[in-house]
Amino acid sequence: MPSPDARNLARRIGLAVLVVALLAVPMFADSSSLSLVTRILIYSIAAASLNFVLGYGGMISLGHAAFFGIGGYVVGMLFVHHADATPLMGFIPGSNQLLVTVPAAVVVSGLLALIIGALSLRTGGVQFIMITLAFAQMIFFFFVSLKAYGGEDGIIVRRTNEFLGLNMRDRVTLYYVMLGFWAVFMLALWRVVHSSFGTVLRGMKQNERRMAALGYAPYRYKLYAFVLSGMGAGLSGALMANFLRFASPDMLHWTKSAALMTMVILGGVGSFLGPIWGTAAYLVLETWLAAQTEYWQLWLGLILLAVVLGTRGGINAGMARLAALMMRGRG
Amino acid sequence: MRPGSMILVLEQLLNGLQYGVMLFLLAAGLTLIFGIMGVINLAHGSLFMVGAYAGTLVAGATGNFWLGIPVALVAAGATGLAVEALVIRRLYARDHLDQVLATFGLILIFNQIITLTVGRQPVFVAIPESLAAPVELLPGLFYPPYRLLIIAAGLLVALGLYLLINRTRIGMLVRAGATNRDMVRALGVDIRLLYTVVFGLGALLAGFAGYVSGPISAVQVGMGEQILLSTFVVVVVGGVGSIKGACVAGILLGVVDTMLRAFLPGLLRGVMPASEADALGIGIASMGIYLLMALVLLIRPKGLFAAGG
Repeated sequence: MPSPDARNLARRIGLAVLVVALLAVPMFADSSSLSLVTRILIYSIAAASLNFVLGYGGMISLGHAAFFGIGGYVVGMLFVHHADATPLMGFIPGSNQLLVTVPAAVVVSGLLALIIGALSLRTGGVQFIMITLAFAQMIFFFFVSLKAYGGEDGIIVRRTNEFLGLNMRDRVTLYYVMLGFWAVFMLALWRVVHSSFGTVLRGMKQNERRMAALGYAPYRYKLYAFVLSGMGAGLSGALMANFLRFASPDMLHWTKSAALMTMVILGGVGSFLGPIWGTAAYLVLETWLAAQTEYWQLWLGLILLAVVLGTRGGINAGMARLAALMMRGRG
Repeated sequence: MRPGSMILVLEQLLNGLQYGVMLFLLAAGLTLIFGIMGVINLAHGSLFMVGAYAGTLVAGATGNFWLGIPVALVAAGATGLAVEALVIRRLYARDHLDQVLATFGLILIFNQIITLTVGRQPVFVAIPESLAAPVELLPGLFYPPYRLLIIAAGLLVALGLYLLINRTRIGMLVRAGATNRDMVRALGVDIRLLYTVVFGLGALLAGFAGYVSGPISAVQVGMGEQILLSTFVVVVVGGVGSIKGACVAGILLGVVDTMLRAFLPGLLRGVMPASEADALGIGIASMGIYLLMALVLLIRPKGLFAAGG
């Protein structure tokens, strides 16, 4: 276990590098790497949300693609109704305003997480993994069969939502908008994780019975966390639908849940920055491998296997160990 | 009810039974692996796929359908033992999260290996002619004997497993392991050998299921995941570690799934346009087993026949 000092140092170094690098990205990135970084930002919101329940709360959800996908579909469906000028379900007007669609997506995915979480949290262990997967599959099949919104083909969002009169077609502008959402989300998450609520949640993971004895109702706290996590994943999905200008059942597929989980693991479960590094590593790896070979999934699988079997704690723990080594070398 | 529709229902019931038996073959192995070894093995579907490919390719090359069965068993069994020795063995002490991810990695690897060596095109095997022509079970009810044979084989395996689990020494250890793993180990049983036996047995059943279901559904990359998710539903509904649960839940879910797919679109056509009814019907039918699982877990969080405490 690295010392608290070393961990602090690693965190500070990581954060400083991150902030400077993120602001400077558009200055030296070409369009494909800018798009890659934007995707990393967006996916890391979903990965960090999953890490919130998984790493801090100990709830292994294999169904977060449901919230991610619903977020995307809310944006897509609102856009379709905006374009047709028809109300959704007869009374909800469509919209192409980012400040309307994103909050709507967050609320809808939060409600979905409330329903799924309220039912799933009655179980635990492998049953919890499977029931979250089952609910996500239900949502997946529902949208596949929903012909009015493209069925298997999904919804093409012809234009990115409008936001404060900015030119959202410009990829650099879009990048900074996404960066803004990302920063707000990460700050909010930081506050939640380090609030008393976050502490209770971590306590639940360590020893649920003891926390119950202290007077905290595990079910309620876990459910709150699950809803917050679902909202985060929904936010990520809504931003992704805006970035790709596309929402499809692919976003809801269970392999997406597994991919999000992989990002969390690669970076390190239960650490704040871990999911960000993990998402970056996953997407860079994926993009690089896909450019090298048609059979990139083979290598992804091997790397995944090596990481799970060979390391504990992912990238973040590795960096903390490195920082600890450097400290020791100095002293 | 008209006799024609009665026959249709009976036919779909048999189809459901056949699918359920298939699910049982996979779920039996998976439920033992989870119940005894405590490992979530997402790659179980890959063993199903390996068996299907190995058997189908050999049967296609030799023209002998029956030769495919031992080949499928050997291929899936050998692959299973290799996977157990190289990967699963390191996962016993890990949490579920690591197990899910490592075996997800295995799925990617197996799918790509098959794509690399065989290609993306589905492969086919012809059913022996003697089994292909439908026979008349009841007046007006024609049914392909091949599917009947699968049902019979599946029920035979169920009986065999029942005897193995309840009447033999290995079965006794398996039952004990499913109830309390640590106690079995503490009593000096070579638990590692037991794990290998159980995993190998599960792989054999999966390979067999893969090969015999080949002529009914396409043998292609990704066939494993499709059936894997349904199999997991069966395991969880039946109760983790329970063969009886796997059998009951497999047949129940197989029949429910098949009936919904067969009749729901038709029912919906009464209330909406045909094209939308078909899409929505298939969609809801696909959701059916997951819905059923959610219901069962809400009433019995450990499944219908949970083993152990």
